[in-house]
Amino acid sequence: VTAYYSSLAMVTSAVLYLVAMTLHAAEWASARGSRSREPERVSVATGGGTGDGDGQHWSSYEASAAPAGSRREELLGRLGLALTAVAALTHVIGVVLRGIAAERAPWGNMYEFITTSLAIAVLTYLVLAVRFGMRWLGLPVTLLLTVGQGLAVTVFYVDVSELMPALHSVWFVIHIIAAATSGAAFNIGGIAAILYLIRARDEERGGSAGYLSRLPSAEVLDRVSYRFLAFAFPLWTFTVAAGAIWAQFAWGRFWGWDPKETMSLVTWIIYAGYLHARVTVGWKGRRAAIVAIVGLVSFWFNFVGINLLVSGLHSYSGIQR
Amino acid sequence: LLPQRPTDPIRVSEYFTANPAVAPWLNRLGFFDVFGSVWFAAIYLVLFISLIGCILPRTATYLKALRDLPARPPGKLDTLPGHTIGTAPGSPAEVLDAAQAQLRARGYRVRREVDSVSAERGYLRETGNLVFHICLVLTLIGLAWGSLFSFKGTTIVVEGQAFSNTLTQYDEFGSGAGFNPSMLTPFTLRLDEFDVRFETGPVQQGAARDFKAKVSLTEADGPTSQQVIEVNGPLLVGGNSVHLLGHGYAPVVTVRDGSGQVAFSGPVVFLPQDTNFRSDGVIKAPDARPERLAFEGVFLPTAATSGPGGLVSVFPDVLNPQLLVNVWAGPPKAETGRPESVYALDKTGLTQLTKDNGDPVRAGLALGTTYQLPQGRGSISFDGWKRWTKLQVSTAPGGWLVLAAVMLAVAGMAVSLTVRPRRLYVRVHGGDGRTVVAVAGLDRVEGRGGLTAEVAALAAACGLEATLAATEDEEEQ
Repeated sequence: VTAYYSSLAMVTSAVLYLVAMTLHAAEWASARGSRSREPERVSVATGGGTGDGDGQHWSSYEASAAPAGSRREELLGRLGLALTAVAALTHVIGVVLRGIAAERAPWGNMYEFITTSLAIAVLTYLVLAVRFGMRWLGLPVTLLLTVGQGLAVTVFYVDVSELMPALHSVWFVIHIIAAATSGAAFNIGGIAAILYLIRARDEERGGSAGYLSRLPSAEVLDRVSYRFLAFAFPLWTFTVAAGAIWAQFAWGRFWGWDPKETMSLVTWIIYAGYLHARVTVGWKGRRAAIVAIVGLVSFWFNFVGINLLVSGLHSYSGIQR
Repeated sequence: LLPQRPTDPIRVSEYFTANPAVAPWLNRLGFFDVFGSVWFAAIYLVLFISLIGCILPRTATYLKALRDLPARPPGKLDTLPGHTIGTAPGSPAEVLDAAQAQLRARGYRVRREVDSVSAERGYLRETGNLVFHICLVLTLIGLAWGSLFSFKGTTIVVEGQAFSNTLTQYDEFGSGAGFNPSMLTPFTLRLDEFDVRFETGPVQQGAARDFKAKVSLTEADGPTSQQVIEVNGPLLVGGNSVHLLGHGYAPVVTVRDGSGQVAFSGPVVFLPQDTNFRSDGVIKAPDARPERLAFEGVFLPTAATSGPGGLVSVFPDVLNPQLLVNVWAGPPKAETGRPESVYALDKTGLTQLTKDNGDPVRAGLALGTTYQLPQGRGSISFDGWKRWTKLQVSTAPGGWLVLAAVMLAVAGMAVSLTVRPRRLYVRVHGGDGRTVVAVAGLDRVEGRGGLTAEVAALAAACGLEATLAATEDEEEQ
């Protein structure tokens, strides 16, 4: 019964994400024709010498304030955000119920892992949107959530079952939490990089029309992307390390060039390259964004592709082929 | 995306059959064992050398920077990204004292000159950076050490049987160049019982749920103790760890020859072929007389008919065991001492027994039944079954080094990504009771905000009153 309500909550959240996405799309559409305010920057009052500039820093990620007269757009945006919050609530309930139904942490197969990671991603987004005014992430994030949850409840769904013996380990919990959290951060960083490319091209063409003008400036997007990736990278390193420790317990070797291990290392190297390019060589903007997107693609291939296409020790999807 | 020999040798040979033209070339270039190939080792080595080549000079520079005071202010402070120029009451020395106190209190390293103060903070960034890269080198060293001095051997142990940790007892064994047999801890393991539980519910029916190998461990000079090996719970003996890798069935059979003597009796290890443990194996009775006998067998733990006359196993646990055999016989063979596989039948000198109509003899035995071979050649009885486990004994020297290095590397990286160095400068020009003060700052990495605010705070601490020039508050958006 619990499992039934869990699935119901998951499906509901997928539908709600779809509606929220529609609202955000409408928000973007209703901004059509509104000209960009010249990249004259949003000036933020500098706090009285707090040295630690983080407060103003974050608030400065807010998108350019909407010009007066676009109340419809604002309303749609708020509705989209509110609906995302409701969807997130049902989503989290779904994940928790799934855990109760299975009497364990709900991370035992691909369906559970995707839904849990997406729950972490949506909570992160909600914090960013409410606390730091980053609602401009709305459309791409709800798109990701709709597609992700949609696929999870249709393609990846498997019924509740016990864990396979290989997963009976503390390291399982640690490994998965780290993987899901860094995954959420990689995704947000990647989304910001994609938005950066769109926004930068737009700025080159001289001012923009439509919702693009509501996005923060390309420079800010670039930095948001960097910050998330810089947060995700150490965590990802830890994920790989925790996986290796676990492998040592389970199979007596910490590294065996299993497809998943190899691909994780490839992802790690791509992001290491990204950080080096930025910090050491001073790459910014377009080139950095492209590396970030390549990294995200590799992450997704590792996450979904390896489980379904290649046989290996991580073939845990539980989907009968 | 090519199959790799260490993880998937069967797919590699399939690839060879499917692409006879390309496969040998790929093989020569090492594409079927990428991680053991020469060019992979070359990449590894180049990475290693360039890392060291990068770390050494940077460490030298860094150590020097740590000993030195911050650099003097640059000539023109008003060209720096954050600056404020104004006048302040008090003498130049008082202004500089105030600036110095404020900077010290905020954790800056300060250099005081007659007419200026320069300050720097964020040295930990480079520390973290260096720690991270040194740890990468340590990781590589740990990995290399591990592959030199490690070994890994697997053995199949049937319930009730024992394994002694010596080289001859392994079915498969691999080791690094630095291995010597004294690295094998002397011990004996007896597999008392292997518990396995499968999913019986409707969801993922037949999936394994729990494995437990109960063993008696006897160490070289110690008593025997009862231990349990689980999938994530290896047994540690001395420096060796024993892992549980797999399991299967060994039907217990008795073969009698034409003269009524027992020619073979005991469990025979069969290898699982599918997820429901349809297992294949060979039963050999070379001592049967007047003719030696051999059987090719299939063991079905839960047999059920499927389709026209075919038997399959429908569940991995034993519910309805069946042993299917066909029979080969031939004249006795001279012992050659040449090793042969226990899983395959060398059919030279053997002929398959056939019925009168020419069909090969096939026998299906239920538990506890005996099948009489035609023409009085003997019989085979299916007496029972046992489980076997595949155990792996290995060491991973250098594992602790890799682990420590990776954890330190993560810490170092976190430090180097969060600490953001900043330099601040104050310069004064004295003059009749009022002092002209220039305050400026510079960030050494991108992505940090609050420079203007910090310059303003420092200026306030200097007692700056009238402002002559200042950077626009273009707080990075």
